[in-house]
Amino acid sequence: MTLLKRGLSRRRVLQTGMAGIIGTGVAPMIFTKGAWAQEFCNNPTGDTVTIGLNLPLTGAYAEEGADELKAYELAIAHLNGEGDGGLMNVLTPSALTGNGILGKKVGYVSSDSQTKSDVARAGATRMIERDGAIMITGGSSSGEAVAVQSLCQEMGVIFMAGLTHSNDTTGKDKRRYGFRHFFNAYQSGTALGPVLSNAYGNDRRAYHLTADYTWGWTQEESIKNTTEALGWETVEAVRTPLGAGDFSQFLTPVLNSGADVLILNHYGNDMVNSLTQAVQFGMRDRQANGKDFQIVVPLFSELMAKGAGENIKGIYGTSNWHWNLQDAGSVAFTKSFGAAYGSPPSQAAHTCYVQTLLYADAVERAGTFYPPEVIKAMEGHEFDGMGNGRTLYRAEDHQCMKSVLVVQGNDAPTSEYDVLNVVQEVDRETVNYDPSIFGGELGPAEPVPVCA
Amino acid sequence: MFEVIFLQFLNGLDKGAAYALIALGLTLVFGTLGVVNFAHGALFMLGAFCAVMFRQFLTLETVTIDPTQLSPWGAPLEIREPLVQAWFGDFGAILVNYSVPASILITIPIMLLIGIALERGIIKHFYKRPHAEQILVTFGLAIVAQEVIKSIFGPNPIPQPMPTDLRGAADIGAWLGMQANVITYPLWRMIYFLFSAVVIGGVFAFLQFTTFGMVVRAGMADRETVGLLGINIDRRFTIMFGLASVVAGMAGVMYTPLLPPNYHLGMDFLVLSFVVVVVGGMGSLPGAVAAGFLLGILQSFASMTQIKAFFPGIDQIIIYLVAVIILLVRPRGLLGRRGVMES
Repeated sequence: MTLLKRGLSRRRVLQTGMAGIIGTGVAPMIFTKGAWAQEFCNNPTGDTVTIGLNLPLTGAYAEEGADELKAYELAIAHLNGEGDGGLMNVLTPSALTGNGILGKKVGYVSSDSQTKSDVARAGATRMIERDGAIMITGGSSSGEAVAVQSLCQEMGVIFMAGLTHSNDTTGKDKRRYGFRHFFNAYQSGTALGPVLSNAYGNDRRAYHLTADYTWGWTQEESIKNTTEALGWETVEAVRTPLGAGDFSQFLTPVLNSGADVLILNHYGNDMVNSLTQAVQFGMRDRQANGKDFQIVVPLFSELMAKGAGENIKGIYGTSNWHWNLQDAGSVAFTKSFGAAYGSPPSQAAHTCYVQTLLYADAVERAGTFYPPEVIKAMEGHEFDGMGNGRTLYRAEDHQCMKSVLVVQGNDAPTSEYDVLNVVQEVDRETVNYDPSIFGGELGPAEPVPVCA
Repeated sequence: MFEVIFLQFLNGLDKGAAYALIALGLTLVFGTLGVVNFAHGALFMLGAFCAVMFRQFLTLETVTIDPTQLSPWGAPLEIREPLVQAWFGDFGAILVNYSVPASILITIPIMLLIGIALERGIIKHFYKRPHAEQILVTFGLAIVAQEVIKSIFGPNPIPQPMPTDLRGAADIGAWLGMQANVITYPLWRMIYFLFSAVVIGGVFAFLQFTTFGMVVRAGMADRETVGLLGINIDRRFTIMFGLASVVAGMAGVMYTPLLPPNYHLGMDFLVLSFVVVVVGGMGSLPGAVAAGFLLGILQSFASMTQIKAFFPGIDQIIIYLVAVIILLVRPRGLLGRRGVMES
């Protein structure tokens, strides 16, 4: 009003404003669709794009980390048009070209997370800020996944989780920038319940030993809910420190607790140690309450089974994937991995390989590395051919919905890798659940934070 | 309830045996040489890897690649033939089965050599240096040792199976005339306890009943006077360092079936073994043994659900809590001597 009184008309103000905008060179950007949006963390400008691999190469889950690294190297080779193409040949629908991602050659940097959340977060920060990683992926622990996922949300970098099984990852701690292909503890419980009921009946008393962090807590809760719904009584649930090594002090009280089932909510080396030591305590030869004492390991992996040797024979658990599945995707990946490394892939390797391809595919479909567009491309995307049947990347919580395997330790292995039998493939509809039951908020995709 | 308490006590003895055995070597070095040896955990780890190496040697295989056949994962089929069984037949199979206890035979000379080389090459230059410098150099040695092992054997634990006859649990309740399957405990853990008792007894007997031991004990009490008598006490102390290394190495070997060894094994036990030595009294052999068993038993009882119901998390802190209390009441530890580490 004051300006107008001094003789400046509204038209004059607008003209001056427009001239200023044009003069400062901003005009081309506000008149170009999405131009502001292209300012994002580590926007690749050269002819290469770098992804950051956050891997537990030491610590309790080091076996998984080593196999994950192999899978990532294989996936990157396939994306760059090297090797036999692996799962790129069977993924449907697919926008992958075998010419990198959006024509840029894919490279990687890696960091040893030591199976520790704080180290994982520091490694991811370094790979984003120093190495220019456009996407972070990997991990074998839910503690790491939750920590890194939160960081990636803050920095505006997409996180494609590796092996993480806690309900929290896509539950109360879910993030818009985080995506999980691996199944979760709730789905393990749903899949395992009927098999346990058939094998051991509905009158059992269970004793839980649980790794004391987010994954262990949610798995214990999910399995307890399942077994108690069957009619089993929970005698005790004891938390054990991650990487405890010697579990004898926790196993001794199990013997006279009145339990007839020991449920080991342990993974990686912890599971190898606790199961081996439980067998040394004679638990598999024991009778309790007039029944044969049983051990259950709700989350199994081939690497753990291999480490535990004959101790795993006959023990039930669940898996995300297994190399001896006979669908086209599983056969293609197993052959590709086996030819490259001389051994079949683990489920950790599989999920990491698939996550890499799914990210690349989403970028190709979005036509940009701009994270909000890539997120949109992945949310609600349905695909097939990756070894788990038709799979949906659920938009509400970024959890992949797919079939789950119930497995059992092989009584008569033909090789050191032939350690698990797939007992049942539980379909996607059976393990489906309402994403709201675990709470949490995905948070916004935009505005995109711009990292340093 | 008796069964529960008895089992926890057994578990405490088993844990305590490991703590006492590691702490024994540590306090032996401190008592004789006056050196605070932070590399002692690494010696335990190196012993464990002697067992790993021995088993790897015994399980060497000839690998023939058959390009006409493919494995289910697409790699050419590997046909493996174990060498030792091929050479020695049944004896070879027995040797492989008993590889862990048998590896003690190679561990003793290897650890003796490592110990003597370490003492002559590095440690002796730090006898008259402050304890802080001794800690720094031995800690550095420990890190070097673990990185060397990591580069050779990788970061992952390598399981070492116990002999098939010694697997499973012993029915101790039945031995004591009680109902069967009420008190059972892993056989190998009981063997480890007995092994520890024999080694600890052997070390005490060696120091108590041999001339060599008598001279060493005299040297521990007054090094200069023993030297003035024309006795080469330095050479004896070097041998004692080697002996402490052997004790740590054997403890590591026998522990491998209980916990698959990896490069970090020594560090996992380092802090704990120092707590045991400090609680027992720096330089006191009976103190280290007593503290090892005391802390093992307390830790085991603290893990009982009945105890944890009143004190959640007590099992994780009990050792350090007891250490604080003992040091407040008895600043020199349970059996510590006046003047040790005191200016």
